[in-house]
This record gives sequence, C-alpha cells and structure tokens, in this order.
Amino acid sequence: GSTLVIAEHTNETLTPVTLNTITAANKIGGDVVCLVAGTNCSKVVEQLAQVKGVSKILVADNEAYKGFLAEALTPLVLATQQQFNFSHITVGATAFGKNLLPRIAAKLDVAPISDIIGIESDDTFVRTIYAGNAVATVKSKDPVKLFSVRGTAFEASGETGGSAGQEEAPKADIPTGLSSWLGQSLSESDRPELTSAKTVISGGRGMKNGDNFKLLYALADKLNAAVGASRAAVDAGFVPNDMQVGQTGKIVAPDLYIAVGISGAIQHLAGMKDSKTIVAINKDPEAPIFQVADFGLVADLFKAVPEMTEILAK
Amino acid sequence: MASLRVLVGCKRVIDYAVKVRVRPDKLGVVTDGVKHSMNPFDEIAIEEAVRLKEKKIAKEIVAVSCGPAKCQETLRTALAMGADRAIHVEIAEKEYEGIGPLQVSKMLAKLAKDEDANLFIVGKQAIDDDCNQTGQMLASYLDWPQATFASEVVVEDGDLKVTREVDGGLETVKVKMPCVITADLRLNEPRYATLPNIMKAKKKPMLKKKPADLGVDMTPHVEVLKVDDPPTREAGVKVESAEELVSKLKDVGCI
Repeated sequence: GSTLVIAEHTNETLTPVTLNTITAANKIGGDVVCLVAGTNCSKVVEQLAQVKGVSKILVADNEAYKGFLAEALTPLVLATQQQFNFSHITVGATAFGKNLLPRIAAKLDVAPISDIIGIESDDTFVRTIYAGNAVATVKSKDPVKLFSVRGTAFEASGETGGSAGQEEAPKADIPTGLSSWLGQSLSESDRPELTSAKTVISGGRGMKNGDNFKLLYALADKLNAAVGASRAAVDAGFVPNDMQVGQTGKIVAPDLYIAVGISGAIQHLAGMKDSKTIVAINKDPEAPIFQVADFGLVADLFKAVPEMTEILAK
Repeated sequence: MASLRVLVGCKRVIDYAVKVRVRPDKLGVVTDGVKHSMNPFDEIAIEEAVRLKEKKIAKEIVAVSCGPAKCQETLRTALAMGADRAIHVEIAEKEYEGIGPLQVSKMLAKLAKDEDANLFIVGKQAIDDDCNQTGQMLASYLDWPQATFASEVVVEDGDLKVTREVDGGLETVKVKMPCVITADLRLNEPRYATLPNIMKAKKKPMLKKKPADLGVDMTPHVEVLKVDDPPTREAGVKVESAEELVSKLKDVGCI
C-alpha cells in the first residue's frame, strides 16, 4: 500500500496538523507521498522535504489553487490518484480537510472516515461519535480508504531528518467559474496556535465580558499559552468564534489546559478532555468541570488569575 | 427575484441534551425511548431558507429527510418553521443503521435534480455521527460548488457571497448557483415553531419515497465493529489557593 497525504499549508508555512497526519499515514505502512497544491508554495515544499516519514512530494503550483477551494483541488487529487493508485488518501481533520475530503470521496464513490483518533489496521479506524460520548471502531469496505486525522491524537512527525524528493503533480482540469475565493480575515496573534499549543487557557461565561479576557492573555504570556473560550463565551460575544474549544469549535489536547470560569458543558468537554493535565478555576464548587480536572481551585477567577500571573512573574 | 427553489436536509438525531449510552451489544447507542430532535445544524439550515423566502429571494422551500418513519416528525417541525412541503425517503430501521453520508448524499442529489433545486442547504454536521460530509458529497455528486461552514449568506449579482468559518477566522467565497451551503452555528438563530404554525404544518404536503425510487444502492461501505464508552477521567485534587496551584503545576512539570 501507499498513502497520499494532502498537505495543508498557507503557501508560506506548513500547517502543524500536516505533521500529525504524516505520522498517522506512516502507521498504515508503505510509502507516504505528500501533495502540496498552492500558489507560490515552494517554501512549503522545502519545509516538507525535511520532514521525517515522507517518501516523495508532489507539487502543483498554480494560481488556480488560490484559496485552496475544494472545487479546484478535487480534480487534482483525482488525477493524482489515477496515476499513482494510492491505497489510502488522508488529510488533517481541519476546516480545510473537512471541506475537501468528502468532495473527493464522492467522486471515488468511497465513504470517507472523518476525524479518526486511532488506526487499528489498514482498513479499521477509531473515531468518536456523539461529541466524544462514544468511541466507534469502524471498518472501511472501500477499495481506497479516505480518512481525515484528528491532529491531537497523533504525535507530530519530526521536522528535520527527512529527505523527500519532489516532482510535479499530474496535470488536472481546473473548473472555472463555479466558485471563487474573495478573501479572508484571520485573527492576528503572536501567541501559539490553539490546536498545537502546549498550554491552553480558556475562558467561559464567568469572564463576564470580552475585556476581562486580558487577564487570561496576561497569564498566557507567562506560560507561552494559547487562549481559547467556551461556546458560551463565544455566543455571548466576548471573543470571536475561532477561539472556541468544543464539539462545534476546535479540539485541543495540550499538555496543560486551564479552564477559567467554565462550567464544563458536555460540548466543551468534548473539545478538551484529552488534555494531559486539566486545571479548573471556578467559584462554583459544583461546576461539572471539576469532575475532569486534575487540579481544581474553587475561587473568584478575578482574584485567582492575576495572582497566578503575579506569582509566575517573580 | 423570488425564483429560487431551496431544498433543505433535515436529519432526525438524538436530542443534543440527552446523555447517550452505549448499547449492551456494543454496536451502537441506545435510541429506544430516547428523545430525538432535528439536528441543530439542520434547524439553522431551515431557518436560513425561511429567511431567504421572507426576503423574497426563495419562492419555495422543500424539507427532505432520509430515514425511518419517525423522520416525519422532524419534517413536520421543518414545515412548522416555514418549509412549504416535505419529502420523506423512508428507510427501514435496520437498513438505516448500515448507511451513512455517502448513500444519503446520493439520495439528496437525485432529489435535487428531480425537484430542479437552485440551492441545497444542510447543516455542517449531524451531532450523532459527527461526520461533516453530507453537504460536500452532495455538491460533488451534483458537480455543484460548495460553501461549507457558512456564517453569512448574501445574494450578490445572482451569485451567493458566503462567509465561511475557518480555523484561523473567516473567509469569503463567491459561488454560482445551483450550489450547496452547509450551515455553521453562527449563520442565524432558528425560530421556534409557534402553535398556529405547528397546526398549519399538519396540512402541508409530505411526499413519501423509497431509496429504490431514487435508484440509490444501499450497500454499506462502512461496518461498525464496536462502540465503546470513552475513557473516563478521574477528578483530581482541590487546591486552596493560586499559590498552591502554581506550586502543584511546577511539581508535576506542567510549568
């Protein structure tokens, strides 16, 4: 067998989930080939060539892949599959991967397996259902297996020591006029990215307003942490949605997760309960978050969080 | 321009507030006697269609559900929210357990053609299987463009300008119709069906079909080998102060 990993990147850098996906692909056995499709994406190819566990890189550098639209990328992946006949095709289970993989799957008449957290064999995968409240082991009966990978469930592949060669990806039709990418407004932050940060601090409804999140940013600066939020805090308009941790937001599994003013709704737990160490700070001793926390502090967050920041500043 | 025919997919799922339990045979979760509702993301999809009709952009809304007989309750909810008519593709309970987004999206694609739809809106994912596939596969089978994870939909020069929720923030795409949109959480806040509308919905037409009428092969592509409870986490210790918390975290090497 051989596995195609569809690399996710920004044309400038490889998105971290791609490294986790490469690890997952290597668990299947056989060659791991990466497809880099983008516009002026040579930096990404250079970066990927150093990554461990990649045997070859296929490059499709074309203006048409601006915005990474699924309509444009699907024919490319299909042409690549036609030429190389991979046994598996995979991508990170991010907004990019979730948007793209099912579109490819339908064209191959294959049922994709979404957001896997484990690989049992070359046709059997583990994934969560019901927002993480049950874990299903499923077997794909399709001739080609398509699956997306939950990044937090697999280690990142090493970023050095690889020596993959590159070649041009097969030529593919580019659909015109179906869709076009107009632009993006991404949240600017100097802090680590939420899904790959070693430490995450999240605020909930208990933060009371968006301005109070500055308490979390101050603590985050001391811990080199990313800052997230519960759905309640997002719905209340405190912070933008891309900070949401939970079933409908991002799944995180950092070494340390600090939940501040978060009660611990099931939807939130689905997004963070695989964190190695969980800390909860909440003034309500009955908050369900304490049931999953390794360390619980029943306290007023407006007092406890600045105290922590101060202690760490010493 | 009230000219669009909008189809909306509505899945019947275990209600979001129910704590699911794994079945004794470990091949699924307990569904008997458990409250079911419309998939919350599909409610948002219906709401968006109703708003397009209120803005006189859509002329007709057809709610569609593929599944066992009880899906008709879900469709009545869609009709009470403002859909004009419904199509139920009835699938026997046993057969339904074996299928997934692949078969459903094929059925929806056939209905989209039969009904001459201009726009198909579905929720971005169902909260039971958490697959997040149906809209994308539907678009692919139809060779239509897709605008997934939509948080805003605007009609502009006959095309749709859609704001999408992506990992780093938002992006905007323009798609030609016919197309598929998948609804994310912030697209709108669905209305509650009022009693008079629930009464009116009982009289709205509901067409019944079988998978065979749509020519869709129901052979399972994925076999569920087992379903387990997730590993549980034990509650840890309570600390008394911020100072103690920091020192404990240092002890375990977290900071």
